[in-house]
Amino acid sequence: MHTKSVAQLVTGLRERQFSSVEVTRAYLDRIDALDSQYNSFITVDEAAALAAAGVADERLASGAANALTGIPIAHKDIFCTDGVRTSCGSRMLDNFVPPYDATVIQRFKSAGAVLLGKTNMDEFAMGSSNESSFYGPARNPWNTDLVPGGSSGGSAAAVAGLLAPAATGTDTGGSIRQPAAFCGITGLKPTYGRVSRLGIVAFASSLDQAGPMAHSAEDCAFLLNTMAGHDPLDSTSSTVATEDYCATLGDSLEGLRIGLPTEYFGEGLDVATGECINDALKELEAQGATLVEMSLPHSALTIPTYYIIAPAEASTNLARFDGVRYGYRCENPVDLHDLYSRTRQEGFGEEVKRRILVGTYALSAGYYDAYYKKAQQIRRLIKQDFMHCFEQVDVIAGPTTPGPAFALGAKSNDPISMYLEDVYTLAVNLAGLPGMSLPAGFVEGKPVGLQLIGRHFSEARLLNVAHRFQQATDWHLRTPDSAKGGTL
Amino acid sequence: MIMAIEQGEIEKVAELSRIRISDEEIGQVTERIAEILQMVDQLQAVDTHDVEPMANPLDATQRLRPDEVTQSNRRDAFQAIAPAVENGLYLVPKVIE
Repeated sequence: MHTKSVAQLVTGLRERQFSSVEVTRAYLDRIDALDSQYNSFITVDEAAALAAAGVADERLASGAANALTGIPIAHKDIFCTDGVRTSCGSRMLDNFVPPYDATVIQRFKSAGAVLLGKTNMDEFAMGSSNESSFYGPARNPWNTDLVPGGSSGGSAAAVAGLLAPAATGTDTGGSIRQPAAFCGITGLKPTYGRVSRLGIVAFASSLDQAGPMAHSAEDCAFLLNTMAGHDPLDSTSSTVATEDYCATLGDSLEGLRIGLPTEYFGEGLDVATGECINDALKELEAQGATLVEMSLPHSALTIPTYYIIAPAEASTNLARFDGVRYGYRCENPVDLHDLYSRTRQEGFGEEVKRRILVGTYALSAGYYDAYYKKAQQIRRLIKQDFMHCFEQVDVIAGPTTPGPAFALGAKSNDPISMYLEDVYTLAVNLAGLPGMSLPAGFVEGKPVGLQLIGRHFSEARLLNVAHRFQQATDWHLRTPDSAKGGTL
Repeated sequence: MIMAIEQGEIEKVAELSRIRISDEEIGQVTERIAEILQMVDQLQAVDTHDVEPMANPLDATQRLRPDEVTQSNRRDAFQAIAPAVENGLYLVPKVIE
């Protein structure tokens, strides 16, 4: 059961080969048996999941099933879930039970999906290793001494460990793609505004975007069909029409022009990782695509630009955590100032505080022009690089990360070396483009991710390229040894 | 170029951010933030004359909607999760003597 794809589960449920309660029970049993080695879930409510599965079975029996009726899905603990604790990986929200659903959650519920549980993540989605979680790091199913990546590390580990058929994530600078690469799964960050941000705990509002994480591009397409669409309650939600992202998965790649930015293949890229990427590109070439060398000249500036803009927006967004309306509150505050400053001292972890301080500094009087405005100007130059390239090519390809997953603790005391992990993913968020990562091989048993970047709103094309690649390769079907135990 | 940040400036920013930092931590916090600011300093060398700052990746502007009530009042549900409330009000330490 747990080795079936979302597409197979949908068919099996419709054909009454098994029930949603059976599928959900199977995954809950696996979580129970195996998640002590991954720590991929923060909250699992078995009774609620089984009750939702029971309702789904009734709908299936009455022929009233929707797109995902009966499919258990894990959600990153950043999506507000009505009545289910939403911690965002932070002590600050350890006791937070939202009174409403994020639009994404609502859409999954309307589609009939079962909420399997809430997955581990870096605190407030700030991190590339899951080590900043208040609940301890999630671990990589391919080798539990390695990080699963971040910030959606729990979602990636849960899918890779076959504890959920699919999951949601969010991506502000690589937080879907990098953990997908490290854990050997497929993840898509849609165009900015494609998926509603309402009810997603905000990190950097001009960069945040939610997307699907699953084994295959086909399963990601299934999920995106449910997730994407205009939301009048999110003022930055796009009104561009959505597509049926499953409809064009099998289209030919004949004539596809793929751009290879020289900056993504140069110094800093692990040699063996680069070889996997080159082999993957040869496969796409064999299917009729043309490879075109090109340049994104401002690539070296993406890390400094991001580390102004993201902390600046975070410092503003995280001002809401004040110990007054919800979440953590320090004990025995002597006055209002003490209430605010001690609540925030005790409720936030180190990396979150660091980013709030950097962001507050960059926005403060006298520094605004030198930092924030400057970064916004360079952000435009970075976007223009991509726009120029997309005049010549349809898709841009390269590695998702400079190398495979690293060991737990290897970078946790060095913020800058952690920031460098996102060197190939940040620009996509700055430019608002869709990007995805798909499994493209292994280096010493560790998965490697191929990144595809497309024009704004070209999710269907990216999924098409990824699906065609996955029809000819089996990297996405490999299972880590640690996931082979458990029931069924 | 921007000068290296000093501990006093971090203390000021921490105050603006309403984050208490202990005396034991402030030295290391300053050091780490100085490293980050040094890293981002390379932006200063880029010529951005005549480049319009970009706040939204799609250059979208704020959408307007009719000024009509569209949400119901859910005060009780929202206050049920607050640390301290009384008679519909959020409680904080005394601010007026």
